[in-house]
Amino acid sequence: MRVRYPDVVVVGSGVIGAACAEALSAAGLRVTVLDRGPLGAGTSAAGEGNVLVSDKEPGPELDLALASLLLWPALLDRLGVDVEWDAKGGLVVATSPDAAKALAEFAASQRTAGVDARPITPTEALDREPHLTRAVVGAVHYPQDAQLQPVLVTKALLATAASRGTTLRPGVRALGLRRTAGAVSAVVTDDGDLPCGAVVNACGPWAGETATAFDAPITVLPRRGVVLVTAALPPTVRHKVYDADYVGAVASGDADLQVSTVVESTAGGTVLIGSSRERVGFDASLRVEVPRALAKRAVALFPVLADVPVLRAYGGFRPYAPDHLPIIGPDPRTPGLWHTTGHEGAGIGLAAATGRLLTDLLTGAEPVVDPTPFRVDRPGVCP
Amino acid sequence: MRITIDGEPHDVPPNRTLAAVLIAAGRQSWRTTRTNDRPRGVFCGIGVCFDCLLVVNGVPDVRACQRFPADGDVVRTQHGAELPE
Amino acid sequence: MRVVVVGGGPAGLAAADAAAQAGADVVLVDSEPRLGGQYHRGTEQHADPRVRHLPQSTVWATEGRRLHVRTGPADSPHRTGQVLDADAVVLATGAHDHVVPFPGWDLPGVYTAGAAQTLAKAQGVAVGERVVVSGTGPFLLPVATSLVKITRVVALLEANGLGGWARHPWAAAGKLGELAGYAPLLPRVRTRTAVVAAHGEDRVTAVTVARLNPDWSIREDTRRRIAVDAVCVGHGFTPRLDLAVSIGCHLVNGFVRVDATGATSVPGVYAAGEITGIGGAALAAAEGTVAGAAAARAPHPPLNALRAVRRGRAFAAALAAAHPLPSGRHTWLTPDTTLCRCEEVTVRDLDAALTRGAADGRTLKLTSRAGLGLCQGRVCGREVTALATARLGHPLPDAEAFHRRPFATPLRLGELADTPLLPEEDP
Repeated sequence: MRVRYPDVVVVGSGVIGAACAEALSAAGLRVTVLDRGPLGAGTSAAGEGNVLVSDKEPGPELDLALASLLLWPALLDRLGVDVEWDAKGGLVVATSPDAAKALAEFAASQRTAGVDARPITPTEALDREPHLTRAVVGAVHYPQDAQLQPVLVTKALLATAASRGTTLRPGVRALGLRRTAGAVSAVVTDDGDLPCGAVVNACGPWAGETATAFDAPITVLPRRGVVLVTAALPPTVRHKVYDADYVGAVASGDADLQVSTVVESTAGGTVLIGSSRERVGFDASLRVEVPRALAKRAVALFPVLADVPVLRAYGGFRPYAPDHLPIIGPDPRTPGLWHTTGHEGAGIGLAAATGRLLTDLLTGAEPVVDPTPFRVDRPGVCP
Repeated sequence: MRITIDGEPHDVPPNRTLAAVLIAAGRQSWRTTRTNDRPRGVFCGIGVCFDCLLVVNGVPDVRACQRFPADGDVVRTQHGAELPE
Repeated sequence: MRVVVVGGGPAGLAAADAAAQAGADVVLVDSEPRLGGQYHRGTEQHADPRVRHLPQSTVWATEGRRLHVRTGPADSPHRTGQVLDADAVVLATGAHDHVVPFPGWDLPGVYTAGAAQTLAKAQGVAVGERVVVSGTGPFLLPVATSLVKITRVVALLEANGLGGWARHPWAAAGKLGELAGYAPLLPRVRTRTAVVAAHGEDRVTAVTVARLNPDWSIREDTRRRIAVDAVCVGHGFTPRLDLAVSIGCHLVNGFVRVDATGATSVPGVYAAGEITGIGGAALAAAEGTVAGAAAARAPHPPLNALRAVRRGRAFAAALAAAHPLPSGRHTWLTPDTTLCRCEEVTVRDLDAALTRGAADGRTLKLTSRAGLGLCQGRVCGREVTALATARLGHPLPDAEAFHRRPFATPLRLGELADTPLLPEEDP
C-alpha cells in the first residue's frame, strides 16, 4: 500500500492560505492545510471583509486587486454558500477643499489604471448617503468596492478545498523544513514529519517567524488595526464610506498612530468603524487613544452616530512588507518553498487573485498578472 | 416628578427606576426585538442583559432597570433597533 | 497612595473603609446612585467619610491601573468622563444571576430571582400576582421571602436536593442563623423540581413544572402546568469579570485568582467579593477588608478578616469546582429555544453553526451571532459554551471569546470621541 502524501502543504489557514488551498485543489493537486491554531482564527477573523479598489493608487497592487475582482464571481460560485457578499460600492468623501482636490487627482489617476472612479457632487453624495455630514465638499463613488464576511468566506474556501480531498489539520504547528538536495522534501511539524512536494508559507503577520523557522527568512511586519462595532441599527450607511485621507494611511510606514475613517454597515445591522494603523509589534492591549480617534472621525462623517452605543473593539495584525506590496512567489533559496503573505489590509479582496497566481506559478501556467512586483527576491523582503 | 410614557403622563416618586415605574403601572414589556418583533421587558434587573431598553428623550437603548427618571423625561417603547432622534 | 475601589457592594465598601483607615487616598467608583450593591438593596449604606465616592459611575476601560470612568444617568449620552490613575486597584464588581435557558424564558414576565428581589426590596414593586420561584441555591429563600411580603408565591422550587444548601459557603460561614430567618419558607420548598418551560403569547401566563432526575433530566410523567403571571429564576451566579479580564488578571475555575491578601496576578490589582468565588455577603466583606488593607499597604494586617476569609474561601472554592450545572438541563431545550436573547439566536441556529464547522468560541460567535449583541455574551456565554462543549464532545476552544470585553460597558460613540485621555491636573 502506498501512502499518498500531499503535493502541497499550505501553512496557515487564513483567507490567503484558504484561497491557495482552494485554487490548488481546483487544479487537481493534493493539498494539506496546517494551522498552529484553529482554522481561520488569525487576522482573517479580525478584518472587515474589504474587497476594494478605491484605496489603491495605480501600481501592481491595484492590478492585482482588479484581477481579483474579476475572479471573485466565479470563486463565489464554486463556494456555493452565502458569505454575505455585498456589492455595495465605496464613497470617498472630502470635507475640505484641499482634500477634495487631492481626491479628484487621485481618482483621475486611478481611472487611467482601469478603476471605475466617478466624481459626484455633494448633493449626489448626500442622496447616496442621507446621514452623511453636510460638510462634504467633494466625493468619488467607486461602484466596484464590495464587502463579504471574512470568517464565512475563509471557512467556505477551506470547506470547498476539503470537498476536493484537501486535508485540514488545525492545531498542528510547522517547525521547519526537511530538504533533499536543497529542495523541500517535507515539513517538520509537532505532529510528525509530512513529506510533500511543495510548501506555501501563508502565515500572515507570522510569516516572517515561519520563514525563519524554515531557514528562509523574509521580512514581514505586523501593523495593528482596530475596528469599532456599534449596536445593531436600522440601515444607516449604504456604502463603504471613507474620509479622503484613507490612502495616505495605507502607504505610510510611520510608527505613529495613523487613523483614517472608514464607516460601513454590516448585514447584521451593526456599523463598523475603522481604520487604525499602528506599529506596536504584536501588542494587542487596548490604547483608548485609538478607538477615541476612530470614534471622533466617524461622528464627523456621520453625525447621527454620536448617540449610538459602541459595543466593542476588535483588532488584528496586518502583515506588511517594507515596500507595502504583497509577497507572492517562489523562495529564491529553497526550491519547493513558496510565500504568499504581506497583503497588509487587503488580504480578503486580494485572496482570489493570490490563490490563482500562486497556482499559476506553481503549475507553470500563464500567470494571471505579472508576478514580478510580488517576487520574494526583492530589496527589503529577502536579506 | 412628572414624566410621560408613550404619551401618557405619570407622576413618579423619587428613587424609583423607570423599570419599577413601568412594572408598577402593570406593564411587563415595553420593547420589541429587532429580528422577530418579540416583546421584552426586565429580565436580569441589574443592568447586564440589555433587554429592558427604552427610548428616553429621543435616545434609544436606555436600560429601564438602571435609569432613574428626571422631571420632564419623555419615555417611549423602543421598536427593534432605532436611530437616535 | 491612591487606591481606587470599583464596586460599592459589601466587598467594595469594606475595601474602601479599610484602605481609608490605612491612610490611603481612596476613590470608590460605583455604578449605582446608592451604596450597598445588590445585597444591601433598600437600606442606607455609607463609606468612611474620607473616601471620595463617585456614584452613578462606570469604569468602561482600563489601561493598566489607569481607569476610564463615565459619570451620569445610566445610558445617557451626556455623562462626564474622567481618568483615574491608581497606585492600587481593588475590583469588587460582584456577580449577576445565572439562568439556564428553557422554552419561553424570553417571554416578558420571566425575571431573574435577583431582579424580582431588587424590585421588591428596593422599590416595593411586585413582579406579578401569582409568582413561581424556581432555580437552585439557597439564594432562592431570601428572594421568596421578599416576595411573600408583597405578593403571592405559588411555588418555590429547588432543582437539586437540599444537601447542596448545607455545603454552601453561607452555611460554612455560620450563616445558618441567617438562613433561619427564612426558615418559615423552608417547608414550602419543593426539591428536585423545576420550571422547565414558560408559556404565553406576549407574556407568561403559565409554566410547566416537572420533577427532575439528579442530572436534571425531566421525569416526563411528572410534567404539570400551573397558571402564573411571573416567573423568578436563578441557577447560581456569574461573576462580573469584565474589568478583571481587561486588566489582565488570571482566572481559575471561572473566577479571579487571588492569594490570601486578595492580590491578583497583576501587580497592584486586588479582587474581593463574588468575583473571587460565590460566597455571600459576609465573606465578601471580609475579603474587602483584607484587599483594601493590602492595597493600601496597611502596617497591621486585619487578622480577624484574614481568618474569616481563609475559612470562607476554602468552601467557596470547593463549591465552585464541585458543582457544575448538571448536563440534563440541555434536554429541556427545543430547537426553537432562544439561547442568545440579544440576537435571538436559537438552539437550531447554534447547531447549524457547529455543523458548518465552527469549532472555537470566536468563530462560533461570529457565525452564529451568539454573544454579539448589546450584552456581549454576559447572559448567554456560559450556556452557549456548555452546549457547544456538549455537542462537540470536548471543551470548546477559545471559550474566553465570550468573556473578552475591551469595553466593560457600552458607551455612546460621541462619548468615546470626546473622552479625556489623561487625569485632571490636581490643583
